[in-house]
Amino acid sequence: MAIDTPKPLVLSNARVIDPARDMDAPGSVIIADGTILAAGPEAANQGTPYGAEIFDCKGAIACPGLIDMCVSVGEPGAEHRETLASASQAAAAGGITTICTMPDTDPVIDDPALVDFIHRRARDTASVNVLPLAALTKGLEGNEMTEIGLLKEAGAVAFTSGHKSVKNAQVMRRMMTYARDFDALVIHHVEDPDLAGGVMNAGLNASWKGLSGVPREAEIIMLERDLRLVGMSKGKYHANLISTSDSADVIRVGKARGLDITAGVSINHLTHNENDIGAYRTFFKMSPPLRDEDDRQAMIAAVADGTIDIICSNHDPQDVETKRHPWAEAEDGAIGLETLLAAALRLYHSDQVDLKTLLAAVTSGPADRLGLETGRLSKGAPADVTVFDPERPWVLEKSSIRSRSKNSPFEDARFTGRVLRTVVAGRPVYDYS
Amino acid sequence: MFSMTAKDTHRDSPFPHRHLLGIEGLHPHEILGLLDRAEEAVEISRQVHKRKHVLEGRTQINLFFENSTRTQSSFELAGKRLGADVMNMAVSQSSVKKGETLIDTAATLNAMHPDLLVVRHHAAGAVHLLARKVGCSVVNAGDGPHEHPTQALLDALTIRRHKGKIARLTVAICGDIAHSRVARSNIILLNALGARVRVIAPTTLLPSGIAKMGVEVFNDMHEGLKGADIVMMLRLQRERMNGAFVPSVREYYRYYGLDAEKLNYAQDDALVMHPGPMNRGVEIDASIADGAQSLIREQVEMGVAVRMAVLEALADNLPNN
Repeated sequence: MAIDTPKPLVLSNARVIDPARDMDAPGSVIIADGTILAAGPEAANQGTPYGAEIFDCKGAIACPGLIDMCVSVGEPGAEHRETLASASQAAAAGGITTICTMPDTDPVIDDPALVDFIHRRARDTASVNVLPLAALTKGLEGNEMTEIGLLKEAGAVAFTSGHKSVKNAQVMRRMMTYARDFDALVIHHVEDPDLAGGVMNAGLNASWKGLSGVPREAEIIMLERDLRLVGMSKGKYHANLISTSDSADVIRVGKARGLDITAGVSINHLTHNENDIGAYRTFFKMSPPLRDEDDRQAMIAAVADGTIDIICSNHDPQDVETKRHPWAEAEDGAIGLETLLAAALRLYHSDQVDLKTLLAAVTSGPADRLGLETGRLSKGAPADVTVFDPERPWVLEKSSIRSRSKNSPFEDARFTGRVLRTVVAGRPVYDYS
Repeated sequence: MFSMTAKDTHRDSPFPHRHLLGIEGLHPHEILGLLDRAEEAVEISRQVHKRKHVLEGRTQINLFFENSTRTQSSFELAGKRLGADVMNMAVSQSSVKKGETLIDTAATLNAMHPDLLVVRHHAAGAVHLLARKVGCSVVNAGDGPHEHPTQALLDALTIRRHKGKIARLTVAICGDIAHSRVARSNIILLNALGARVRVIAPTTLLPSGIAKMGVEVFNDMHEGLKGADIVMMLRLQRERMNGAFVPSVREYYRYYGLDAEKLNYAQDDALVMHPGPMNRGVEIDASIADGAQSLIREQVEMGVAVRMAVLEALADNLPNN
């Protein structure tokens, strides 16, 4: 692979939003050698580097490239569903410049050599940054801890149980305690598997459909347990996907107690509720399940007030072989890289979350939690930048989806807000045409 | 107000649906229309010559992913009495990878150009998935714990023939409501026709949110049966008897099995129903099941009639009719 330095780039005439610096102002972004030279009003009257490409944003927003903290890719093991290459193309088109890949692949990413494999495959095939998350337990079986130190050294940015919970509290406690010694972040899927035991949100809707329900308490109880364990272990903890108003309350209390905790939510739980399932449409089957409208509103409020720090796509490609089944037998999961930003902008257009807060949850929020240099437009930071027009309408057509799998709950959805250009390390990786 | 005549009938009220996937979504006049058609089918079935020709040349496939002697033979007879060519396909669950055959089998069958597909499947919503993938009319013969529309229709027909009406009757449905498609379809249908519906069960056998499903909820059989005109018993699956949902058969029978003592709390002329197959000595005492107040055998007869009515109504909407 040729190592060439990208030519300088000026994103001019932009509205620069940089949540990390609390900035929302007209200006431009000057990029050279793959890093930010200047961004914001102060960049507007600086000179243009020699030989720079000038990209006229025409008033569109330039913000740090998005960081998606929860992305499932089929590589290794299910490349027919998604590869690092196809996922990164989808990410770039959605304004995402960094994806954190979930370890629940085949094989599970629980060994330093496999972390290295992801890094090398990403370097050779991906157009966006790929940061592997490693498994918290061997084989994600919830019993034995992985080599947290060696995995971290190999480049794993955090440790997670994937899309299932560590059921044994003693195992969880030891891992959190051990992880703390390596300053490693533990990302947990909060859902008690025994209590969950269903296929959609428990309640009237599931009862009429004849489907077994996942009670909200399956999540709340696991989250409450976890926060007690965080209190014991003093570790760094991130609840990956919360979905109920009570979970947000639990997080609020935990933060007030001074625990080192953060919370995430998937874009699906901010923009859909259980009624969208309609006549058993399996693209809306996911874990945690879509909840009712009250919970959706509570999730939005929790993003607005900062209780929820991170919004992710929870991108999970599934094909017809796994989705075209009766509801209870279909796999969980929905793709979401291409639509993360556009869908999130619905909360801005509905006047529920201001732009800076919304963008923080997909830029500086995950960057701060993972300790990344990206997610901000400060001088010297890697030049990962997304330019988007928050007012441009578009429709997601199935035929134009870049992911190998097409299981989008937003099929034929109308969006207001379109990515125009995505820049990774100073290099344009996506241009809207 | 329009005037009601003595001859008021819904026999010819249009049935503007391509499929019958559930009672949900049917208007009361459409339900009554089916019941009126079924009355005619009862007459035909009681003649020596039990044959109509409305489905002449049509192909009906009964696709059963779950064993069911009675429903399958009922649909088979219904189709044959209307002149259709009927084919039965039993797909055993053990021989196939889960779910896979549903779509694959559907695609294969679809290529054979059936006109009517009668489907039973163990998963809720399976018939909805199928209906989206085939070009013919689909009849739900039971999809998991979701719906069993023809059972609710045959129950309604049986009730109406004995009580002359459905509206304002008190119907108590007893047993495993949570896992019962029969209960769901009946709750919807009976409410649509103005009956008062009660459910009686231990809370472990009630679906969450049951109080908002248009029913009165009772955990005590005596309370729930007081003044009931109709007592509908549901089958309790064997795997749910041994501690998972209720502690034991004998405890269940003691508190929720229908015997003469409990039935005494209902109206004197209360009628007893059961969708079958029954567990005598679990949810119902043998003397009640086979007693004077039992309509259980008549339900079977009405089953054929109602299925004839449904097939006929759907046939009206088939292309080239």
